[in-house]
Order: sequence, then C-alpha cells, then structure tokens
Amino acid sequence: MSGEDKNLHSMSESDSEQEDVGKEGIEWIMNLPDVPMKLPPHVELQRTRVECKADAPIHTDTIQYSGAYASLGIDNSLRLDSFRKNFKIEVIDLKEDDMEFDMIGIDPSLANAFRRILIAEVPTMAIEKVLVANNTSIVQDEVLAHRLGLIPIRVDPRLFEYSDKDTPNEKNTIVFRLHVRCERGKPRLTATSEALTWLPNGSEFPLVSDKSVSNSKPKTYTSFSCSQDTLPEFANNPIGPKDGDIILARLSSGQEIELEAHAVKGMGKTHAKWSPVATAWYRMLPEVVLLEEIEDELAEELKNKCPVNVFDIEDIANGKKRATVARPRACTLCRECIRGEAWEKRVSLRRVKDHFIFKIESTGALPPEVLFTEAVKILEDKCERLIAELS
Amino acid sequence: MDPQPEPVSYICGDCGMENTLKQGDVIQCRECGYRILYKKRTRRIVQYEAR
Repeated sequence: MSGEDKNLHSMSESDSEQEDVGKEGIEWIMNLPDVPMKLPPHVELQRTRVECKADAPIHTDTIQYSGAYASLGIDNSLRLDSFRKNFKIEVIDLKEDDMEFDMIGIDPSLANAFRRILIAEVPTMAIEKVLVANNTSIVQDEVLAHRLGLIPIRVDPRLFEYSDKDTPNEKNTIVFRLHVRCERGKPRLTATSEALTWLPNGSEFPLVSDKSVSNSKPKTYTSFSCSQDTLPEFANNPIGPKDGDIILARLSSGQEIELEAHAVKGMGKTHAKWSPVATAWYRMLPEVVLLEEIEDELAEELKNKCPVNVFDIEDIANGKKRATVARPRACTLCRECIRGEAWEKRVSLRRVKDHFIFKIESTGALPPEVLFTEAVKILEDKCERLIAELS
Repeated sequence: MDPQPEPVSYICGDCGMENTLKQGDVIQCRECGYRILYKKRTRRIVQYEAR
C-alpha cells in the first residue's frame, strides 16, 4: 500500500476528531495523527464480507488475530469499548411466538453460541413421567407417553426448581390428569391436549405399597405441602398446555384413557421436548452489488433470473431501463444471478460477516424476546464460572 | 381361597359388552351368547418415561 494513502487518511481522521484528543488511554492513542485507522478497500472487503462466487464462497473466515494487519501498521485487536460502540440489535418483527432481529457487530462464534444455548440450554417444563391407570385405546402406553412429553406447556420455568430424587413436591412438579372415554355406541372421539387438566394439589393416585392407617390421607405419587393455585404466580393464571388442539389419540366407542402426567423442569440437551424454541437460526445479511450499469434487455434478464425478486427495473432518460437492487434482504444466495456467461463480472453477491438476521420461534412457554435475554444470562453465567475457575 | 369370591367383569370378544361373572357362572355373553370373554386391563398404575 502507498504511504500517501495512509497519510491522507490519517490526516482527515485527525481533523474530524481533533476535539477527542486529550482523553485518556486507548482513545488518545488511536487518535494520534500517524496511527492508520483503515485498511485499503480490497482488504477491508475481504475482512468484512464473504464473497459468493458461482462455484464457491471465498474469504469465509473471520480474522481474529490482533496482529493480522501489523505489516500495514494497523491494529486488528478487538477492544471492549469499540465493541460496545458498534454492537447493535434491531428488532425487525416481534409477534407472540416469533421474532426476527438483526444482531450487528458480533463475531459468528458468539451468534452461534446464543443459537445453541437457545436450543439446548434454556430450561422449560415438559411432561416427563406418565402414570397410566387405564388405556384401552389403540395407541400403546409408551407411544402415548412420548406424545404427551412433546406437548408445550404454558408456564414460566423460572418459577420452578429442577427435581431431585425425593418425592416430587409443589416446587418442581406440575401434575396433569387426562381422563377421556368414548361411550358405547357413540361416534369416534378425538382426545386433544385440551383434555389435560391441571391438578394444583398434586397426584391423586394412591401409592399401592402404602399400608398406612386408613383414616389418614393416603400417600400419593407426589407430596405437595400446599396447592399450587394458592401461589400468587398461578392464582389467576392456571397452568395448561400452550395449544389445545394437539391430537393425543382417537378413541373408538368403549375405549378409555385415564392417566396422570407429571411435568418437570429440564433442558433441551437432555431431550428435545425441553427445548423452548421450535427453532432458532440466523443467516448473514446478504449484500448484492451491481458492478456495472445493467441496462435494457440485460436488466430484464437479470430481473427474471432471480426467483425471490431481488432486482427491480427503473426507467432512466431516453426510454432506457436500468436494473437496481431493491430487496437484497430477500436474497437466498441461490446464485442464479451470477450463473452463465459474464454475469459474475456484473453482479457481486456478498454476505456481511458480522451482521446476523436472527430468528427465534418460541414454543410458547416464554415469549421469544425473554428467551433471548435468558440465553444471554446463561452465557454470562458460563463466563463467570470460567473466570472463577481461572482466578 | 377367598371367603367371598368377588364378581369380575369381562369383555365379550364379539360384541364388546361388559359381563360380570361369578365363580361357577357359564362363560357366555349375556348379550349375544358368544363364548369367548376377555379379562379387562388391570387398574394398577404403570409408569412410563415420556421420552
């Protein structure tokens, strides 16, 4: 790189931020007139963008090493204050159970950590034990138990503890009862998750082994010291399945299901039924750049090439038409637009390395924005544990 | 042997009718006369892991 470029740049930098000089520490050093701030544009492009060529993407890696650009006299280290300044979250769409937001200025390793924590480490409540008293339906007990386990339960898991080996109590277990019967001579009956009724007082099935005095209350599978609906959290907010229309079984006339389902707290890494998200995923922000003016027939061809309608055509003077990039966010990176003769020279498909379009689909226990803050807290805890371990 | 044999109910193999039989009763459905009767499922609780 040429020396003039460096100097020119640093000159303008020092002019604009003259007033900041005098502050202590790194800020002051970075504002010294002979510290180059920016990479030459082609290197900057390699650093910040993945370029998608017709055969394969290039420059896919992120450059972590602080001295990567030392030969250009540029410091590549990540600093907390610059991260704080540049990091941004923009919520694009927020519905009851879905959320889309942009996470800007973060390394993919961290974005991926949040995704993995959301899927596997944010706890929820799910049915774990199923006590079957009667099941004459054609759905086998174990299959029915598995189906029950997958039902999302609308309850805040933060109000519960993880269960231990002792008898379940009101702090770690939610009990549901399912009793459906199709009477003789009646048409087929569909049992749905709506039929699951919450038992705030715990299990109603007596333990068979219990030979205690008959006048005392018989021991059951749980020992609740108080009713859960007297607790302020649940008094006006009864616990139940998130959706009432999940089909559990279809009963023919004379068939019956009677059971109790015990829900406990758990994490997605133990079993997917505890995962609080239907899925959480991200993609890097697509960037579509036209490298030259694309006019008339070529513009028409380009517009028709794209299956997700990224390009538009605008009229310019003399009845001519020109292609523009109207909706780059819609790009799925199918690379249709750079296929064929010479197209790769006209269109450049890129992805921004530190800009993530993050989507969270909650199963309903917690709203998606709360799930994300929970994931952040979990990562924070992990970091604290690591620091404690090292110090 | 138990002093009072309890009546046990069975399900008819043909019409599905519930029949209550005592010791010594003829094994036959009262509804349709079918001679094969099935014992009902036990009410004893079976515990499953929902996985």
